Order: sequence, then structure tokens, then C-alpha cells
Amino acid sequence: MPVVEINNIVKRFGSNTVLDDVSLSVDRGEVITVLGRSGSGKSTMLRCINGLEPIQGGSIRVDGVEVNDPACDLRVLRQNVGIVFQSFNLFPHLSVCDNITLAPRIVQRQAREHSRDLARGVLRQVGLEDKLDAFPNSLSGGQKQRVAIARSLAMHPKVMLFDEVTSALDPELTGEVLKVLEGVAAAGMTMILVTHEIGFARRFGSRVVFMHHGKVHEIGPAAETLANPQTAEFAAFLSAVLH
Amino acid sequence: MIRGFSPNDILFLLGALRWTALLAAGAFVGSAVVGLVLATMRLSRFRAVRWLAIVYVQLVQGIPLLVWLFLLYFGVAMLGFNVDPWLAAILGFSIYGGAFLGEVWRGAMGSIEVTQWEAGAALGLSISQQLRHVIVPQSVQIAIPPTIGFLVQLIKNTSLASTIGILEVTREGQLTSAATYQPMTVYLVVAALYFALCFPLTQWSRSLERKFNAGR
Repeated sequence: MPVVEINNIVKRFGSNTVLDDVSLSVDRGEVITVLGRSGSGKSTMLRCINGLEPIQGGSIRVDGVEVNDPACDLRVLRQNVGIVFQSFNLFPHLSVCDNITLAPRIVQRQAREHSRDLARGVLRQVGLEDKLDAFPNSLSGGQKQRVAIARSLAMHPKVMLFDEVTSALDPELTGEVLKVLEGVAAAGMTMILVTHEIGFARRFGSRVVFMHHGKVHEIGPAAETLANPQTAEFAAFLSAVLH
Repeated sequence: MIRGFSPNDILFLLGALRWTALLAAGAFVGSAVVGLVLATMRLSRFRAVRWLAIVYVQLVQGIPLLVWLFLLYFGVAMLGFNVDPWLAAILGFSIYGGAFLGEVWRGAMGSIEVTQWEAGAALGLSISQQLRHVIVPQSVQIAIPPTIGFLVQLIKNTSLASTIGILEVTREGQLTSAATYQPMTVYLVVAALYFALCFPLTQWSRSLERKFNAGR
């Protein structure tokens, strides 16, 4: 059974159709990279998957649960779907440890002593164990994003969404975040990444999705599709990005 | 009969300062309650509730505080109710101050980026958990300096309560001045007393502001 099943969804902002009949099925352990120009609807699709944006048509299932069913408890859904944002969105008033353990403590009701170990564990995964008691404003952009990834990992989600997580970073900081993503992928996490990192998509992606004008314009196995795009639009996009 | 201004008068004025402080404290608590209700109403998902809060603020801010006090004390008395001046004063200050604090606090919460709400939601926090653990703690830092500024204004504005018969420090000053015929001395003392109450607060507010700015 696929972890994420997107069936013919339609998303409009007013009269502007941002997602037009989009379908995508993601199996357990897959790493899907979503490419496309800005405004092609890729970030919106991610936000629909964890219910941050309601959809106007079609259906989304995560682990068999209908996201847009009014009876769906979004709070339960979101414990299974982690999302990491471009601008980190750490809580500036909380230490790294509290950023990571806030949701486990108040949503999953973990004891404080236990949650500190949890924080230490996920920080080790992103190579920042020494930052347990640091505050976000003392961290570099790359470190902030790694903490954001750790915060998401701490919920033990079934799927993780990454919304241009390296786009706000300097090139030399991008590498450290990509390395963490590699590790998460290697650990078997199901991942959907909106990204401009073609190299990452080629090496670690199972499939690549190219979005264009709110539609899935092309989809296929990552390495082959990137080497050999089938549509003129994807080919044009790739040559623009790679130059 | 005119008597001289004596150290005793200073003691009387100090005694009256207690009532000024008590009035300010009561008015602050009342304003905070009204302000909290208004700020919460502005977050409501129901348009009518938000609209009601907006109308309240517009209405209250368009009417002078002194007129509110007169309405609540003399106006209500004319309707045949016996109004306690303290009740009228605290009610008037709360109606007026609540509109101000409500706006300050709403503004403070509004200055927290939407992405902070989203980050909370994405972790499975409910709206009230997002408010309690993410939005309010950050807004408090922003809201503290203007809230203390409001308290300082409030302390000074309590002098208006002298007009409805509350014997606070300004009213006591008027009486002393009439008895001693030394308005300059008396009101200098009154001024010094207000200053002694307000100055530490403004200093405190400044130091908090510096602290929070350094932490950002």
C-alpha cells in the first residue's frame, strides 16, 4: 500500500488554479524529488499533503487516512507527516532541545526526562548533539535547518516533506544539509522533496516529478529521467538549471 | 482660614497616593481583562465576533476618558442608580484601557509571523497549543514595553478620577492648595509623587526592551 496517494487533486487560490488534476503515488521508502519553476505548484502540493492547504477537488490519502475528510483529525495526521520549511521556522524563544521536544511532550505526552534523550538522539542523527541547549539565534542557517529536520524526525513520521530546505542557505551550508538528507534517506524514510538540487535528485532520488503549470508534466525514475527528459519543457528547465 | 503648608500635608498627600496606586492597579487589572477578551475576539474565526471587537475599540477610542467617567458616574446616577465613585472609575478606566491594551496585544500577536503558527500546526499542535506554547510567549516579549507604557499613562490618568469625588493624590492636592493657598508648593509635591511612581516603571520598561532586543 502506498504511504501517500494523491488522486486528481485540484487546488485553487481564488480564480487561480494552482494544482490542476495532480496525481502521485508514493511507496514506502521512496525518495521523490519534485522539480519545476516557481509558481508551478510544487510547494503547494507538499502543503496539501499535511493539510496546511485545503484542496478543492480529488483526494489525498496518507497511510490510508483521507486528509480532506472532515472527520480526519489533522493533528493525528501531522504526527505522521513531518514537514521541513525553507525558512526553518524554529521557535526562537525555545532552546534547541525544547524546539525538538515541544510536540513530543504536549502532543504525544512524553515525559520531560525521556524527551531530552529523544532530542539527543535526533540531534546525533543530524550531527548537532553539542547544540542541545543552544538557542536558534546562535546557530548558522545550515545548523538551524538541521535542527528543523531533527525536530521533524523526533515525531517519528511515516513520511517527511521537504520544501526547498536548502534554498535559503549559502552554497557552503547547502552541503551539510544535503548530507543530513542523505542520511535520512539511507535510514529508509519516505521522503518528498521540493528542491533545485538536481545532483541530489540524481544520486538519491528514486523518482523525479517535474511540475509545470500546476500539472505533473513528467515523472519517472530519477537518474534516467534527468539524463533523458521526455518533454521539451523539462529539457528546457533542466538546461536552464544546470547552466 | 488659611494655614501654612506643613510636613503633615506631605503625609496626607502620601496617604492619598495610596489611593492613586490602588486605583491604577484596579484599572490595570480591569483593562487587562477587557484587553484579553478583545484580543481573543480578534483571533476568532467568526467574522461577527472580530467585527464586534473592532467596533468596540473604535467607539471607545473616539470618546474621551473624562466623558466616560462622567457618563458612568453622573449619567448613571441620573437614571436613578446609586453609583459608587470607585466602581464608576474602575469601570471607566477598564472600558477605556481595555480598548488600548487589546490593540497592543493584538498587534504583538499579529507581529509573529504566520510561519510560526504553521510550524506549530505542522507538528500536530492544536490552535490553543500553538497560542500557548508558540505565539503568546513570543508576543509577551514584544508587548511588555508598550504595556508598561500604558500603565504609566494610566497612573497619570487616574488624576481624572478626582472629578468624580475620589480622594486620590490630585484631589488631595486641590484641597491642600485651597487650605494653604500655596498651589506652587503643593502641586510640585504632587508632581514629584507622580514622578516617583512612574519613573521606575519607565526605567524598567527600557531595560526590558534592551534585554529582549539583545536576545533577538
